[in-house]
Amino acid sequence: MRILAIGAAALTISACGEQSQSPAQSDADDSFQEALMVKLLDAAPGDVIDIPEGLYSFDRSLSLTVDGVTIRGAGMDKTVLSFRNQVAGAEGLLVTASDFTIEDLAIEDAKGDALKITEGENIIVRRIRTEWTGGPKTSNGAYGIYPVQTKNVLMEENVAIAAADAGIYVGQSQNVIVRNNRAEYNVAGIEIENTFDADVYNNVAVNNTGGILVFNMPNLKQPGARTRVFNNEVFENNTRNFGHPGTPVATIPAGSGIVVNSNDQVEIFDNDIRDNKTANVIIASVFSAGLAEDGMEDDFDPYPEGVFIYGNRFEGGGNNPDGLDLQALKLAVAGPMGRIPDILWDGYVNVDKLIDGVLPQTLRLCVQNDGAQVLNVDGPNGNKNPGIIDGAHDCSLEKLPAIQLTGKLAE
Amino acid sequence: MTPRAIFLLFACLSLAACEGRDARPTPVFHESGNPALLSDWGVVTTHSGALRLGDGVTPYDLATPLFSDYALKLRTIWMPQGKSAQYSADGVFDFPVGAVISKTFYYPMTGPAWNGSVTYGSFPTVQNGAMPLGSLRLIETRLLVRRKGGWVTLPYVWNDDQTDAVLTRTGDIKHLTLMRPDGRREDFPYVVPNANQCAGCHATNATTKAIEPIGPKARHLNKASLYAEGANQLDHWAAIGLLEDGFSGAAAAPRNAVWNDETENLDLRARSYLDANCSHCHNPNGAGDTSGLNLEPDATGPALGFYKTPVAAGGGTGGRPYDITPGNPDASITVFRMETTDPGAMMPELGRAVAHEEGVALIKAWIEQLDGGRY
Repeated sequence: MRILAIGAAALTISACGEQSQSPAQSDADDSFQEALMVKLLDAAPGDVIDIPEGLYSFDRSLSLTVDGVTIRGAGMDKTVLSFRNQVAGAEGLLVTASDFTIEDLAIEDAKGDALKITEGENIIVRRIRTEWTGGPKTSNGAYGIYPVQTKNVLMEENVAIAAADAGIYVGQSQNVIVRNNRAEYNVAGIEIENTFDADVYNNVAVNNTGGILVFNMPNLKQPGARTRVFNNEVFENNTRNFGHPGTPVATIPAGSGIVVNSNDQVEIFDNDIRDNKTANVIIASVFSAGLAEDGMEDDFDPYPEGVFIYGNRFEGGGNNPDGLDLQALKLAVAGPMGRIPDILWDGYVNVDKLIDGVLPQTLRLCVQNDGAQVLNVDGPNGNKNPGIIDGAHDCSLEKLPAIQLTGKLAE
Repeated sequence: MTPRAIFLLFACLSLAACEGRDARPTPVFHESGNPALLSDWGVVTTHSGALRLGDGVTPYDLATPLFSDYALKLRTIWMPQGKSAQYSADGVFDFPVGAVISKTFYYPMTGPAWNGSVTYGSFPTVQNGAMPLGSLRLIETRLLVRRKGGWVTLPYVWNDDQTDAVLTRTGDIKHLTLMRPDGRREDFPYVVPNANQCAGCHATNATTKAIEPIGPKARHLNKASLYAEGANQLDHWAAIGLLEDGFSGAAAAPRNAVWNDETENLDLRARSYLDANCSHCHNPNGAGDTSGLNLEPDATGPALGFYKTPVAAGGGTGGRPYDITPGNPDASITVFRMETTDPGAMMPELGRAVAHEEGVALIKAWIEQLDGGRY
């Protein structure tokens, strides 16, 4: 009887096996998919789902909807979830839950976003690697690590490689710390978008198209403000822009170090910023991002206001800007052997807020950075009179307080 | 035998509803647990080559349904004896504990035996509580069950013998071949969602994350009944006791256009299609609100996509500038995302692996005639 039972089991397995005809990635374990899906479905608050060392293959996206769950691998180079054979689902892992922690694993080659976390609070993403293993390609998924509409978020010691939009992205969120991460070969290395109160520090952004971005986009539920970008290394972000035409990041010139677009109260200090060939820092309005005014909700504020840049260490950069317009600009202001100053500003201000022709101090672009100059490219006048205006940005702004995470994340 | 007698005999054999067969099964509401077989619910069963509905189970359909890889769909509602749903003019009806909604996905086969090849077009559905399966192939039946704690989702996949469907909470992929009516063949992975993915559409409010039905809204149901001849479907629901007070007749209720009824207004047909296929996520509180796009019937301007730049679309832009570029469908992201079958770029994100060519044609025609430069 025992033999018979085993025989029947073997028959069943082979019958199932015949249905999956897509070739498995060599050495990848595709039998784990079902087991992990069951664990995610049956998870209860407080559960820790351990994923041992191994390369696991999935053909559909994973999702978690239960609060209070931890997913833990054996290390970002040991536990690898591969979505190379994915045929369905817009992300690798989608989490719609709070009190979520994920650490020590890798998500590779997702068809869409690698790890998306929406509408949750108290989120920890730690030592996660998201990577498209073929290097920078337009066909890669959009985001590596992608919390959106979240609150109280800690992202640390992650590695994000080759996302066709942003490697590490925080959108429409509140109270966020992004620290000790490494982002490389993404279009945008690290991006904070429409988010209130974020600290971005001790990160390395290298070989992206743009290193660190702080953006506000129109038509979303909330704008953003109050981001501090400090103590980061932002260098050689010169990878050609491989973003999808039409996406906001596709307008980022290759060679952009730190870019602020339309966001308010942004502090950039104590960073090492070097050898970004378009400009080390770019401050711009939505008007320079290729957006149609017709497509903007009326209450959107397109101007970057209250931006304070101080105490950064700049080196090189601005020597070979991306695109004919910027090349022409460089020639005009710095000559063939020169370089674009460290800070490039598109020059748009809200004229409705001018008092006697100047902006109130709290709304200005203020720079206290030895030797760093601001090039105003005179965007509002079709770039007719680009130039460095001495003293125009010699002001200071009140510094923002450090972000305090709450609950378990404060530990 | 006369030809007519032969025909009757044949009908009798295939219908399984002939004398001598059991009466319709009795539905059972399970307050807890996850019954392993669809037949445990008594809502949709098969018997002697026919699909049969349980006693008191009411089939219904929608003016414009969600497209799901050309699958035909049989929708049913059942509520415990004496219970009814609270009518709402705008939102989904409020169903009582014990309500069981089913949706069975099935295809016409391309030959007498099952070979994984399916087609589409007009095919018969349930009459008098039964549907002869004949050349139809049942794929899956999804249940939405209203328990005390809220709605739960249970996906069942039909077995090879088509005798019952088995609970498959982790979902499944069926490798099928679609034969389009003009003879083109297309292999595609038919994806049965896992139970968590059900929330991808049915948590229509992404903040509360509560699972809700999507179809049973007045505007979707307000049409001529396919099952009660001569009656409006909403009026029929009221007449058989499915609706509580608050309903004052279908004539006063909102109504979506039938997407492929060319006698109806193009704008209404397109908006109806976008509503049914997109607004469960793209509403002001849905999962798609991360992009700010709203495709509910009352949306306007940039929120509706007009000249709206994408936010997080990645490859979903198809290189196009705006969600909807009035007057120019080929410059509209919406059209690209409906046409593509790349999982990372297509819309909807789940439940589709082939393009709905007829739906795409509708949306293109609608965008084409929009007044460019103004909205």
